[in-house]
Amino acid sequence: MRTTALLRKIAQVVVAPLIALAIALAVTSLVVVLAGNSVSVFFEVMLTPPSQRIWVNIVNQTAMLFLAGMAAAIAFRMNLFNIGIEGQYTLASYSGALVAGMALFPGTLNILAALVVAMAVGAAWAAIAGILKVTRGVSEVISTIMLNSIAITLVGWLLNTYGDQYGQGRRTTPIPESSQLLGLSLGVFDTTTGGVFALSSLALIVGIVFALVINRSRFGFDLRATGGNEAAAVASGVQVKRMIVIAMLMSGGVAGLIWMPDLFGGADYYGTPFQSGLGFTGLAVALLGRNRPLGVAFGALLFAWLSVQANPLGLKADISPSVVQITQGVVVLVVVVVYEVVRRWGAAAEQRALRSTLDGATAGGQA
Amino acid sequence: MSKGSRLLLLGVSVLVSIAAVRVLTGAHEIDSPGSLRAALVATCPILLAALGGLWSERAGVVNIGLEGQMLFGTWGAAFFTYYYDPYIGLLGAILCGVFGGLIHAVATVTFGVDHIVSGVALNLIALGATTFLAEAFFADLDSEAGKGGAQQLTGLAKPASITIPGISDAANDIADKHWFVISDVASVVAVLTTRISVVTILVFILLVVTALVLWRTRFGLRLRSCGENPQAAESVGVAVMRHKYIAVLISGGLAGLGGGYLALVSSPGFHTNQTNGRGYIGLAAMIFGNWRPGGILVGSGMFGYTDSLRLRDPGTIHALLLLVAFWLMVFAVWRIVVATRTANAARTDRATIVALAVGSVGFFAWWALTDSVPRDFTSMTPYVATLFVLAFASQRLRMPAADGQVYRKGSAG
Repeated sequence: MRTTALLRKIAQVVVAPLIALAIALAVTSLVVVLAGNSVSVFFEVMLTPPSQRIWVNIVNQTAMLFLAGMAAAIAFRMNLFNIGIEGQYTLASYSGALVAGMALFPGTLNILAALVVAMAVGAAWAAIAGILKVTRGVSEVISTIMLNSIAITLVGWLLNTYGDQYGQGRRTTPIPESSQLLGLSLGVFDTTTGGVFALSSLALIVGIVFALVINRSRFGFDLRATGGNEAAAVASGVQVKRMIVIAMLMSGGVAGLIWMPDLFGGADYYGTPFQSGLGFTGLAVALLGRNRPLGVAFGALLFAWLSVQANPLGLKADISPSVVQITQGVVVLVVVVVYEVVRRWGAAAEQRALRSTLDGATAGGQA
Repeated sequence: MSKGSRLLLLGVSVLVSIAAVRVLTGAHEIDSPGSLRAALVATCPILLAALGGLWSERAGVVNIGLEGQMLFGTWGAAFFTYYYDPYIGLLGAILCGVFGGLIHAVATVTFGVDHIVSGVALNLIALGATTFLAEAFFADLDSEAGKGGAQQLTGLAKPASITIPGISDAANDIADKHWFVISDVASVVAVLTTRISVVTILVFILLVVTALVLWRTRFGLRLRSCGENPQAAESVGVAVMRHKYIAVLISGGLAGLGGGYLALVSSPGFHTNQTNGRGYIGLAAMIFGNWRPGGILVGSGMFGYTDSLRLRDPGTIHALLLLVAFWLMVFAVWRIVVATRTANAARTDRATIVALAVGSVGFFAWWALTDSVPRDFTSMTPYVATLFVLAFASQRLRMPAADGQVYRKGSAG
C-alpha cells in the first residue's frame, strides 16, 4: 500500500506534467502541420539553447509569471477562483507607476511606497469580490470577471484623462532615475543589455513566505482545512467568511506585485511597455504547479520558456508565435485531466487494497 | 394580475419613460431607428452566447469557455465564407463552436475536470489557435471573396437582409417626426422592417425554440433534471452523460454561431480576438436573466444596448442618466410597497431600498451637474450593472441545483 501511495505521488508530481507537455507538443505539432508549416523548424527554434540575453528575458518572465501563479494559488488553496488577477494587477501596476512617478520620497523609499500602494490597490480590488461573496453570496468567478473589465476600462480612462502625452499614446510620468533598479548580473549574465530585474527577487520572497504561511502557520492550516473540507473547518471553529476575505486580500496583494519588477527594471512608466495577460497565464501556471511554490516555479519557467523562445518563430520559420498559446492552453487542460485520472486510479487502487485486506481478514477469521 | 398583463404593463411603462426622457432632453438618438438597429446587432451575439450558457448550465455544466467557443466561431465563419458562401460560413461557425464544446464536454463530463478550469484553458487555447490559424490561412488571401491580413479577413459576403417596403418607409418617416410615444413605437417597427438580417431573425427563432424544447418537451425535462439532480435522474433511467454531452455541444454551437454573427453581420469581417469578452458578457446576461429564456432576452438586450452606445454621441448617453435615475426610484418605491405589504421588512431589504434611493439621487445629480459622460464609462456599464444586480438580487436568483458539480456515472445510490 505504501508503494502505491508513493507511485501515485511520483505520477502526480513528475509524470503527469510530462505527459501533459508531450500531448500539448503533439497537438501543437499537428496544428503547425495542418497550417502547412514545418514541425522540425518549429522544434529547432523552440529548442535552440538561449543566448545570455534570452536567458535574462526568460528569468524575468519566470519571476513575473511566478508572482501571478502565487496570487492564483493563494485563492485556489481556499477553493476560491480568483479570475480577477488580470484586473487587479492592471489597476495596481498603474497605481504603482503613478506613485513612483510622483517621486514623493527619495530613491529606495520611493520604490517601497510604490510597492505598498500597488499591493494595497490590488488587495482592495480583490476585496470587492471577497466582500460581495461573503455578504451577498455572489460567486467570485463572475464578480472578478466583471471587475477585470471595469479595472481595464478604468485604467484606460485614467490614462487618457490624466496621463502624459507620449508619441501616439499616453503614459504615467516616468519614475525618477534614483528609483530605477539596474539589472543584476548574478555573476552569470552580462548586464549591458539590462540584466535580471532586481525586483525579480520578490518572486523568491513571495514563494518562501507563501510556503511558510501555508505550511507552518495557524492561518495556513485554517486555509488548507477550509479549502479541503469547509464543513469540517466550520465545525472546528474556522471563521470561513473572514478567511475568504483575507485570502482574497492576500491574493490581490500579491497580484499587485506582478509587474513591479519590470516597472523598476526597465519600463520606467505605465503605458506601452505594460505586459497584459499575465493574470490569465498566472491561473494556468498555478494549476500546472498544483498550487505549490516549487511546482508553480517550474510551471512559470515552462511558460516563460515557451513565450520567450517563440518570439523568433515569425522571423525564422514564418510561424506565428501565438502557436505557443495553444501549447500553454493544452498543457493546462491535459494536466488537470491527468491529475484527475491519476487521482481516480489511486482511489480505485486503495479501495482494491482495502478490499483484499478485508477479504484476507474475513478468510482468516473463518479458517 | 396575471404574469402576462404585468409584463405588458412593464413594457408599456418602459416605453413611455423612454419617450418622456427623449422629449424632455431632446436626445432623440436614444431610440432612433439607427440606435435601435445598432443595439439589436450588438445584442444578438450576446444573446447567442447566453443561450449557449443556458443549455449547458441547465444540464449542470458551467461553460466559462463560451468566449473560446465564440472565438472558434469567428474563425470558422470567416474561413467557410471565403471559400464557399455566408450560409456555409454560418454552418462553419456552428461546427467550430461545437468543436470547442466537444473539448469542454470531454474534459468536464468524461474526465470530471473542474468546469471553470476547463473553460479557462479552453479560452486560452481558442485565442491562441484562432490567432495562429488566421495568420496561417488568411494572411495571403486577396480576391473578390475577401481581403486577408495577418490579423483579419475583410470584404466577406454577408447573409441576406430583408426590408418590407411599404411599412419600412412609413415607420422611418414617423420615427423622424419625434412624436411622443408614437415615434418610439415607429422606431421599433422601422428596425424590424428595414434591412434586418436573416441571421437576426434566426437568433430569435432559436430563443423561442430553446424555451420550447427545454420547458415543453420530454427531452428538455430530462436535460434539466441532469442539472438539478443527476443522481435522481439516473436512477429513473435518464442517460445523464449523454444529455450533458448533447447540451454542451449545443451550447458550443450556439456560441459559435454568436461568433459567426460577429464576423459576418456585426462587422465588416473577421479580426483576431473579435469577441473581446462577449462570451463572458453572455454568461453574465444568463445569470442576470436567472437561467430563464425571457430573463436572458432582457439581460442581453440591456448589455447589447449599452455595448452599442459606444457609437452614440455623449449627449445621448448623458440623457440616459435621467432614465436610470427614474427607474432606480421606481424600483425603490416598488420594494417599499412589497416590504410593507409582506410586513417583515428584513434588514437586507432595507439596505437594498436605501441603496436604490441613494443611487437614484446620485444619477439624478450626475445628470443635473454635468453635460456629458466619458465614453469609457459607457463601456463599463454592463459590467457595473451586472455587479449591482448580483449584489442586490442574488437572493432572488436560482441556478440549477447541481450546476457546476462534477457527476460520475453510476454515482446514484
